[in-house]
Amino acid sequence: MTEVLSEHVGSGSAGGALLEVEDLHVEFRTRAGVAKAVNGVTYSVDAGRTLAVLGESGSGKSVTAQTIMGILDMPPGRITGGEIRFRGVDLLKLPEDQRRKIRGEGISMVFQDALSALNPVFPVGWQIAEMFRMHRGTSRSDARKKAVELMDRVRIPAAKERVNDFPHQFSGGMRQRIMIAMAIALDPEVLIADEPTTALDVTVQAQIMGLLAELQRDSNMGLILITHDLGVVADVADEIAVMYGGRIVEKAPVHDLYRNPAHPYSKGLLESIPRVDLKGQELYAIKGMPPNLLEMPTGCAFHPRCPYRRDNCVTDVPPLYTISGTRGSACHYWREVIDDGSR
Amino acid sequence: MSEPTAMQDLLKAEGPAAVPGLGRPDRARSLWRDTWDILRHRKIFWVSLVMLVAFLLMAAFPTLFTHKNPEYATLAKSMEGPSADAWFGYDLQGRDVFARTIYGARTSIIVGVLATLLTVLLGGVAGVLAAYYSRWLDSVLSRVGEMFLGVPYVLGAIIILGTVAPAQSSPDKVTIMAVVIVVLAVLGWPILMRIARSAVIQAKHQDYVQAARALGAGPGRIIFRHILPNSLAPILVYSTITIGSYIGAEATLSLLGIGLRAPVISWGIAIADHTSYIRTGAHALFFPAAFLSLCVLTFVMLGEAVRDALDPKLR
Repeated sequence: MTEVLSEHVGSGSAGGALLEVEDLHVEFRTRAGVAKAVNGVTYSVDAGRTLAVLGESGSGKSVTAQTIMGILDMPPGRITGGEIRFRGVDLLKLPEDQRRKIRGEGISMVFQDALSALNPVFPVGWQIAEMFRMHRGTSRSDARKKAVELMDRVRIPAAKERVNDFPHQFSGGMRQRIMIAMAIALDPEVLIADEPTTALDVTVQAQIMGLLAELQRDSNMGLILITHDLGVVADVADEIAVMYGGRIVEKAPVHDLYRNPAHPYSKGLLESIPRVDLKGQELYAIKGMPPNLLEMPTGCAFHPRCPYRRDNCVTDVPPLYTISGTRGSACHYWREVIDDGSR
Repeated sequence: MSEPTAMQDLLKAEGPAAVPGLGRPDRARSLWRDTWDILRHRKIFWVSLVMLVAFLLMAAFPTLFTHKNPEYATLAKSMEGPSADAWFGYDLQGRDVFARTIYGARTSIIVGVLATLLTVLLGGVAGVLAAYYSRWLDSVLSRVGEMFLGVPYVLGAIIILGTVAPAQSSPDKVTIMAVVIVVLAVLGWPILMRIARSAVIQAKHQDYVQAARALGAGPGRIIFRHILPNSLAPILVYSTITIGSYIGAEATLSLLGIGLRAPVISWGIAIADHTSYIRTGAHALFFPAAFLSLCVLTFVMLGEAVRDALDPKLR
């Protein structure tokens, strides 16, 4: 298997990954000032691999995904730098009509809230069939047959009878399955799932994650799983990229990160998971508030909340230090963090 | 006997989500389906619908209601009051008021409906373009719309009609109707543009539009499949009410002598012809005026009924 997270991929190199985001910068110009949502994000995903992008609200994980898809509202959004290469081609330089062809066919996306992401006035079968009609010009009846097949594939019971139902007639989990069916309809090479389980019950979350993992195995897709829930990613992801303040602060193979985080923020996140063996003790919480994107802290964005803070954290932006192989941490004192280990 | 019905009720209440395999009593519960369910139980809707059908029949088949020729004048009977022979009496020229009132429905409804369609077309296209492409196009269209709105309706109509079809001229039926329709639409489109614009802006930021974009839909598909069907409700409501107000506006212009004029038969013209005879022969004024009011009321009531049914806050 090729390296999934490579630090410095040569631009346009044949050996590059399927989808590579390199040094991406996105900002929003608002009346209150310029909000720097994404500040030099670099990640990549290969066929058959899963990258989990972890971060809290405002960390830039969804904006990165929207930029990859090309559905960022511009204005107020602006891409101020970087490249997004899909099969070696920089998407940001492609004209809109060519990008549109890649959406759905090459790179597809599942949204957080399937109820609002499905059009309320059309039956779900129609909406899935629309994918074939739109991209492939499939006939109405063939597209409908394929819609039923897809609904079966994402395990919607009695798909044939339900193909004419409207989105609001389905439960949350079933709706997300339909959203997934639409997203995988054209066998995309990369699927971006933006918090696909956040709006769902815990039991249903597991089913949806299982379904995504299975579909990915079957069709060897690259999967980018955006989430703020550490529990969701452990079983599914291969690699993990933790984002904070529009930067990647740590990337690592998933088990390395769980076993021994190398950035104070990832460590804080892991420590704030409630644990059965520590029942009765006060739950750990990272102190302070997420950074204000309009007034980013100087130096390391995490320094106001960081227990490892020294003077140079306030002035020097930490680069992503290579720890080993594909592992990196954007902390000046990552050695200390690793040595401390997880609780 | 009550046992099986109770069971059926239970099944119905459970709905299709609970019993996927079984009979599906309320399939396809879409917005329009819900709206219809609400409308069905509203008296105002049925009243206005019955009146609408009556007016449409009058417009389409006036001979169903009267066999008299509305053009046939017997000057000897000028301003004769209602009688068994002529239910609404005779007008100044000795023509049957009932026949002329029935035939007047056609003109009023044609003008009202066509002017509304043209308004929806102009305002709708402008509103959708302004909202979808926003930026400078939105600014330009909105400012142009405001310029048109800044002109008082009647004043604007007087100026345009006074130039295109001065009061002394006698254009043929079709021309004058077309001119009036265009004038009404040209002065009325900005309001519809605003309604369409706000509805489209609202729909445009919905997740399903973003999702459609992410799955490769182009602007045409997004506008026609995703945005328009979801922003139709306010446009529909406003258009229905507009038909009524345009019928009233047509009558106003005719009354002022700058809108429709003979040989067109219309309620507005009948009112204009007989305003000075209100004390001697009120019938010639009353009946066309009453039909005009009822017709305007019909469309306004229908529009309100539809709005109430579509507005989720009133459910």
